Amino acid sequence: MGYFINNTAFLSFDPLSVFFLAVIGLVSFPSAIYSIGYLKDHYSPQKIALGWALFIAFVLSMALVVTVKNAFLFLIAWELMSLVSYFLVVFDTEHEKSIKAGAIYIVMTHIGTAFIIAAILIMFKYAHSFDFPALKEACLAMPPGIKNLIFILFLIGFGTKAGIVPLHIWLPYAHPQAPSHISSLMSGVMIKTAIYGIIRFVIMILGVGSLWWGSAILVIASISCLVGVIYALMEHDIKRLLAYHSVENIGIILLGVGASMVFMKLNMPIPAVFAMIAGLYHLINHALFKGLLFLGAGSVYKATGKRNMEKMGGLIKAMPWTAATFLVGAMAISALPPLNGFVSEWLTLQAFFMGLAGGTIGVKIFMGALAGVLALTGGLAAACFVKAFGITFLAMPRSKNAAEAKESPFSMKFAMVFLAALTIIFGLAAAPIIKILTGVSGSALAIDTANINFTLNNFIITPQGAGNIYLSPLIAGMALIFIGAATAATLYFALGKSKVVINKTWDCGYYKLNSRNEYTATAFSKPFRIAFDFFLLPYRKTEKIWDSFYHTKSFTYEVYTTPVFKQYIYEPALRAILKIANKMKKIQSGSMHLYIFYIFITILTLIIFMDRF
Amino acid sequence: MKILIIIIQVAVLTAIAPLISGIIRKIKNNIRMRRGTSVFQPYYNLAKLFAKNEVVSENASWIFRVTPFVVIASAIFALSLVPLVNAGNNVNYAGDILLIMFTLMLGRFFLALSGLDTGSAFGGMGSSREMFISSLVEPAMMISIFVVAANASSTNQYLIAARGHVSFSAIVAGIALLMVTIAETSRIPVDNQETHLELTMIHEAMVLEYSGRSLALIELASHIKQIVFFTILANVIFPIGAGLAVYVVKILMISAMIGVIEISIAKMRLFRAVDFLTFSLVLSMAALVISAAGL
Repeated sequence: MGYFINNTAFLSFDPLSVFFLAVIGLVSFPSAIYSIGYLKDHYSPQKIALGWALFIAFVLSMALVVTVKNAFLFLIAWELMSLVSYFLVVFDTEHEKSIKAGAIYIVMTHIGTAFIIAAILIMFKYAHSFDFPALKEACLAMPPGIKNLIFILFLIGFGTKAGIVPLHIWLPYAHPQAPSHISSLMSGVMIKTAIYGIIRFVIMILGVGSLWWGSAILVIASISCLVGVIYALMEHDIKRLLAYHSVENIGIILLGVGASMVFMKLNMPIPAVFAMIAGLYHLINHALFKGLLFLGAGSVYKATGKRNMEKMGGLIKAMPWTAATFLVGAMAISALPPLNGFVSEWLTLQAFFMGLAGGTIGVKIFMGALAGVLALTGGLAAACFVKAFGITFLAMPRSKNAAEAKESPFSMKFAMVFLAALTIIFGLAAAPIIKILTGVSGSALAIDTANINFTLNNFIITPQGAGNIYLSPLIAGMALIFIGAATAATLYFALGKSKVVINKTWDCGYYKLNSRNEYTATAFSKPFRIAFDFFLLPYRKTEKIWDSFYHTKSFTYEVYTTPVFKQYIYEPALRAILKIANKMKKIQSGSMHLYIFYIFITILTLIIFMDRF
Repeated sequence: MKILIIIIQVAVLTAIAPLISGIIRKIKNNIRMRRGTSVFQPYYNLAKLFAKNEVVSENASWIFRVTPFVVIASAIFALSLVPLVNAGNNVNYAGDILLIMFTLMLGRFFLALSGLDTGSAFGGMGSSREMFISSLVEPAMMISIFVVAANASSTNQYLIAARGHVSFSAIVAGIALLMVTIAETSRIPVDNQETHLELTMIHEAMVLEYSGRSLALIELASHIKQIVFFTILANVIFPIGAGLAVYVVKILMISAMIGVIEISIAKMRLFRAVDFLTFSLVLSMAALVISAAGL
């Protein structure tokens, strides 16, 4: 054992680890409270006990992943986290979907782990130790080619867990299938451990090797942003929609991290720290509001028994708490001021602006274009959450289940209000949080941040020093509320109370409105489906049943989009693997002698391999 | 003192915001050889609406009731952030030019929600289209703002306005931003403020269920949003000359330009508008390349 762990103290609590522990804690506490109400009535007592055991194991394994300082232990913790989360994905074993989602998840996550193991073993070959400090020392003397190889292995390995495009395929299956408090942990926290891995192994241990590393991450991140949000727009299963938004938000986080790597290579330490702050800030913000949104979706699911938005509607009246907190989350993820999502997107844009103001021509154009990508992502995300909130909570109920929905119990309301409050606080109190994150980023990038200050006092963020660029979410929030209240008060005192008549929806004079006439989620996303048809490849299936020559009795219309990545990457790959497996069957003849021969050949190869390398 | 300047700016610009809409309408009518209504017609409309009762749908929730105030608050807040006359006077109190953009998004988000809130099919259609257009506008707007900001090495709107020269890249970005302004203020060829034909309207469809005081607030907010965009074009993109008179002349020139554009082209159908917006994105990218090249 001494070979693997040389140090008796195997846990580290440097700023980066503590930051990730805080993220884990902030989301798992409300999730735990939430599960009290959520699991009740749904499952048998034995299953609830099992759920708690798995929940605790899951949280602890994530905490272990971000605190160990030995690569071997890291892999064990990583695998533990993957396995426990697999059992949580298939928690509803009676659903066939869960089993399928679990299978996709476990395969993809192990492909990722294989890449991480390969990368760590290559590093081990140079360091002869698994301890982080020893690995770091060994990486200094490593040839650039090997460094590039390790970077690519890590990028694929951690990228699979993070859900970057095109490795995101498991995410929209696995996250929605788990119970909702687990979805919120998986989307809110677990995929962030992959960001931890990238920062810890690529930036801190390996060291940024060349400019294209950061650029590659930026390109992949912007593709993830756009693909994630466009697929989310097409999705009408509320939890799958949120899962696709995780792909998008991981992209936004990686935009910050990638920009930081680019700035490191360009010898721009202050922008590097700033971009890292932007990434980490968005990371914790996404943990909060995505956790909140998944809990809200779970609350809706518990009340209606459905995840399809087209069967919901009008829930704001029956479930005011869920609706209000979901709205806070929706506003935050759409980057509306003064909430936290806006602050971190603003920081990311300012990081790009630093590249635009100070980089070379190529960097300037690149960073400007990335700002455009982020803006488009923000606009599409806002459209998507208008759809998600509007179709789910507003107007008339679209099904009997939605009409009979009841508000969730206190424990679930408490958890949602807790996260909504944090979402607001992390927006308004941005300046003190940035002060803390400056230290975290500095320690991650090995830059002394004693003289770097991105805040003016406790209210104002200034990336370049006093007075130049300036943002105060707190003042913005207060001003918005003040102006709104002042307008209402002025109107009240000048014109008196507004005389309101409650009547039917006018709808251009059509007074027989029922829930069948309402705008649907499919209709809402139609313009986007047409505008992005080159990528979504939509097709429709229509079926008419005629009861006479002149009259149709019924007409069904279904619209689908082509799952490009599944159809053109994963299915061909799967077919190829099955084909090879079929061919391989021949060598498994059942003859014992032949098997002994295989073992002999394997040992021989290994001996030669060990000798050569 | 700074607070006083902001309050005066907001009060004056709010007061003249409907007038700009009236002037554009007058210009359009004059070119069409029509007499048209008085330039003060928007004020008469607002006065009428403020005096009327409101009808609220029985399906609507508190979102519908609170939206007019969110929309007006975000419009006035954005107005308080734009640099008006004295560009050098840095009265920046809450944020930079990016905050202006994000704040306008806040109002639009709530408007789109309230479009869905009543259950009316037209409202949903308007919301869907409005979010569609506005999300496609975002990248062109962001990149052209970035280009102009890069000219001043700051995203502080007062410093951008104080840079004192107009580079070639700023002109190209300005054209892109003019196209963005046309889309954002619901004008031809993207949308048509005058139509109430159900199938073509975007913004009007979204607010179809509003009446009385709430509708007045939303219309006032639209006027304010328009003057915010015009002021950004006039002072941030083309900061030539100082003083109130120059500002008024610039605003009138932009109004005339918008008016002429509106009567010279037909409204595009929704998916042709995508081409229009793509063109503005291409222009803004061109501006980015020009600015990176140092022009």
